[in-house]
Amino acid sequence: MTLTHDDRAHDAAPATPPRPAGPSRRRFLGYLLAGTTLAVGVDLGRGASPAAAAVPSPPQVPELYDLEDLETHSALPTSALISITVDTAGRAHFAMPRMEVGQGITTAAAMIIAEELGVAVSAVDVTLAPARPELVFNQLTGGSNTMNSMFTPIRVAAAIARGALLRAAAIELGAAVSSLVAKDGVVTAPGGRTATYGALSVKAASATTTSVSVVLKDRSTFTVVGRPQNRVDAMDIVTGRKHFTTDLSVPDALPTMVCRPPTLNGSPRRIRNLAKVRAMPGVTDVVMVDTGVAVRAATFGQCIEAVRALRCDWNPGTVEGQSDDTVLATLKKAELPMAVPSVPVLAKQLDLRFEFMFRSSAALEPNCAIADVRSDRATVWAGLKAPIVAQAKIADALGLPQTAVTVNVVTGGGSFGHKLFGDGALEAAKISKAMGKPVKLMWHRCDEPREGRTHPMATSRIRATVLAGQVLTFEQRHTSVKTDFGHGLGERLTAMAAELPANLGGLSLSQSIFTLTQELPYNFGVVTQLLNEVDLPFNTGSMRNIYSPDVAAANELVVDQLAKLTGQDPLAFRLAFLKDARTRAVLQKVAQVGGWGRRMPAGTAQGIAIHKEYKGCTAVLVEIDCRPATVGRPIRDGVTGPRVTKAVIAVDAGLVVNPTGLEAQMMGGVNDGIALVLTSSNHLQDGHFLEGSWDNYFYTRQWNTPLDFQCIVMPSNGDVPGGAGEAGVPATVAATACAYARATGTVPTRFPVNHGTLSFTPKTFVPPVPPAPTDGLSYTY
Amino acid sequence: MAQHSFMLNGQKVTVDVEDSVRLLWVLRDVLGVTGPKYGCGINVCKACTSHINGKAFNPCSVQVKDIAPTDEITTIEGLADTVDAPLHPMQQAWIERDVAQCGYCQPGQIMAAVALVNKVHAEGREITDADLDGIRNVCRCGTYNRIRDAIKVGATRM
Repeated sequence: MTLTHDDRAHDAAPATPPRPAGPSRRRFLGYLLAGTTLAVGVDLGRGASPAAAAVPSPPQVPELYDLEDLETHSALPTSALISITVDTAGRAHFAMPRMEVGQGITTAAAMIIAEELGVAVSAVDVTLAPARPELVFNQLTGGSNTMNSMFTPIRVAAAIARGALLRAAAIELGAAVSSLVAKDGVVTAPGGRTATYGALSVKAASATTTSVSVVLKDRSTFTVVGRPQNRVDAMDIVTGRKHFTTDLSVPDALPTMVCRPPTLNGSPRRIRNLAKVRAMPGVTDVVMVDTGVAVRAATFGQCIEAVRALRCDWNPGTVEGQSDDTVLATLKKAELPMAVPSVPVLAKQLDLRFEFMFRSSAALEPNCAIADVRSDRATVWAGLKAPIVAQAKIADALGLPQTAVTVNVVTGGGSFGHKLFGDGALEAAKISKAMGKPVKLMWHRCDEPREGRTHPMATSRIRATVLAGQVLTFEQRHTSVKTDFGHGLGERLTAMAAELPANLGGLSLSQSIFTLTQELPYNFGVVTQLLNEVDLPFNTGSMRNIYSPDVAAANELVVDQLAKLTGQDPLAFRLAFLKDARTRAVLQKVAQVGGWGRRMPAGTAQGIAIHKEYKGCTAVLVEIDCRPATVGRPIRDGVTGPRVTKAVIAVDAGLVVNPTGLEAQMMGGVNDGIALVLTSSNHLQDGHFLEGSWDNYFYTRQWNTPLDFQCIVMPSNGDVPGGAGEAGVPATVAATACAYARATGTVPTRFPVNHGTLSFTPKTFVPPVPPAPTDGLSYTY
Repeated sequence: MAQHSFMLNGQKVTVDVEDSVRLLWVLRDVLGVTGPKYGCGINVCKACTSHINGKAFNPCSVQVKDIAPTDEITTIEGLADTVDAPLHPMQQAWIERDVAQCGYCQPGQIMAAVALVNKVHAEGREITDADLDGIRNVCRCGTYNRIRDAIKVGATRM
């Protein structure tokens, strides 16, 4: 779709000279903020356009208006200001109302500021803003939306700052603004006199808040945006200086862990040995909360010992007696009927059904938070992608006004959707209140797959009809355990309801999100993609994509079967039926770079697939080795299985801010996708998940990762960045599944393919965590 | 409570803590050395990988009483001090290849990489894909391919 920039700013701008010939340059409005050094502010919604008025039936909704648009537009009427300041050392500061979890947005934001302000990237400090309720819907890090929604507002703020500094320099240096050159924080006048941004920052400061308008740099003059840039936090990371939540030192916030119930969402009824556990070494407090029994001690090691020593009576959980099979049976009953229109009798029909197991979205950093709850106020530190929602929930749980709860956002050790929810922060606040002391809460690894958020189990049924080489119909019925959108996206969508495209009317929240994200970009005649959800009491969330990896895998496996049915090569078939040039271009690129169609030994095969979402598109080519010698490679406490030996991904992400960061996101997406197809899932049995740690939950490891990985970043395409964080996963899942089908001669219908084999002995449920080993010195190398 | 002494990043430290407390918590909770991370506590994820007398080990699985006063513990914070440069070549390679994403596992990854390369070099050979396949450190961001590249680069300078 075309995204036209909001030009309301123009009305408020001072009179502008006649525009020169050529492409028009839009003016944007912002503010010089009152202050002692230069501070500028801009509306975070700046640069977005209002929703499109009407949406015709075909093409599908996401082609015209997708989740990215929703997230960007929901900011328009409600945003407060974001600000950039320049200090007397010439450093620029920006507190970003988003969360860095490894996706590189602090680096990208620093680049954008450096570009527009005229300083080195190293002269920009990007920190994470605490919860700012006034931003309403505009402090959610999700849906791969950060760069899409923030690119223009950050540019505008930086450009206003640059303008103010240049005006101050003009007075200081006695030269016209237009004659000045600003570079690396130094302004040079004709004749060579200079002034630094640091020295100018006080002179450029405004005594009052004043509105100003600016014209942004022309994209063709960019020297930072679009060039490879290493992470701004790389040095801190490799020296161990980067601090995560549990690394923070808050006075008296001692290590705290929770003894959790043996079944999912159970609750404690009674502690049988309270006095004994209270007397254990290091233990200071033992209290019951709704999620379990919390223990506070001098060290986390002593918390673990206490958790293991606790003997409790438990109330039943929310899915007592349930297993994978019972949930699957429930989903099957909820599948919406197909509605294939009448087709010629000679048509061929495909009808396939795919199943996707529960998956843990846990990051390597477990849920954790520091909370210091007092009688009249509370302060929390945690990795939160929706801090305003967390703040409201914490305030509600503590019986405090939201304004009395300070929520500090800390950089996260990964998220993948997990940190959309403030589960750890809310629990820490409750425990701190119950103990009357500050706590540093950390979940044991075992708690994560068992009680933490999971990507919901889902099925996808597809029926397609073909006649004379044409696809006449393509129907998809996706049926899922309900995904929890209680992290703020739901509120956004509800608030936007009146402005949404007309044919979303009447859909549920989840169905709306499904409709806003899912697009089958092929000319397949009558296409319907419908979602039905079953509201079962699991702790769910989106996991580096909401529905897309599962939907894409199902779609592309069927596309391969359609190609087979019509006697065509999978690549040729896709190129013939794809609707748009951008998707065709990425597909052709991976086919060329990856050597599509080369001869492969028996038991190995290539797979190729595409995905279109996040204002961009991806294509992936993989080669998989399913030969017994590979599948049976011995690895202690690990699952080997088929190996993806080569992965080539091409990504068109709109305007590229940082190709190095974009490639990193694609690499992560590919390794995620491989795990989703081959190895990683949770097994539900007897009302609990069996997985307890990384030797049970088989995320991709070095022995699974492709030896040959290539990422092709397509040239910048468009005026704004698309999404990157999730974009690499769906096409990888699809291509890997397709390759597996071609290598084995069997279309896989349950994912991951090894789910039927339990590759580990489940760890203890009572106590809920395993003992800490003592034999570490026998594994040195 | 009992007193335990050992060498940490080149300096003698003494802590007063129960014998059985695992070294990871002595480092993090008692001494405030937070480079080694918790990811599992059962020697599976390897996020806490550090060195004992130059060899990789996981302090989550070693009781403090099993550390001798003469044992040299090196965490990511002390790695650069083991070479005559501001950064260890492996840290430098990590920066050059822009390996890290969230960064949580990276101290452990780097410490594991250094030990692996030292081991392979001691065997008189160069690092192979099979060696790299054997690295057990989990990176949930999935930056495995850059980790492999960086180790190969770092190994040439060690």
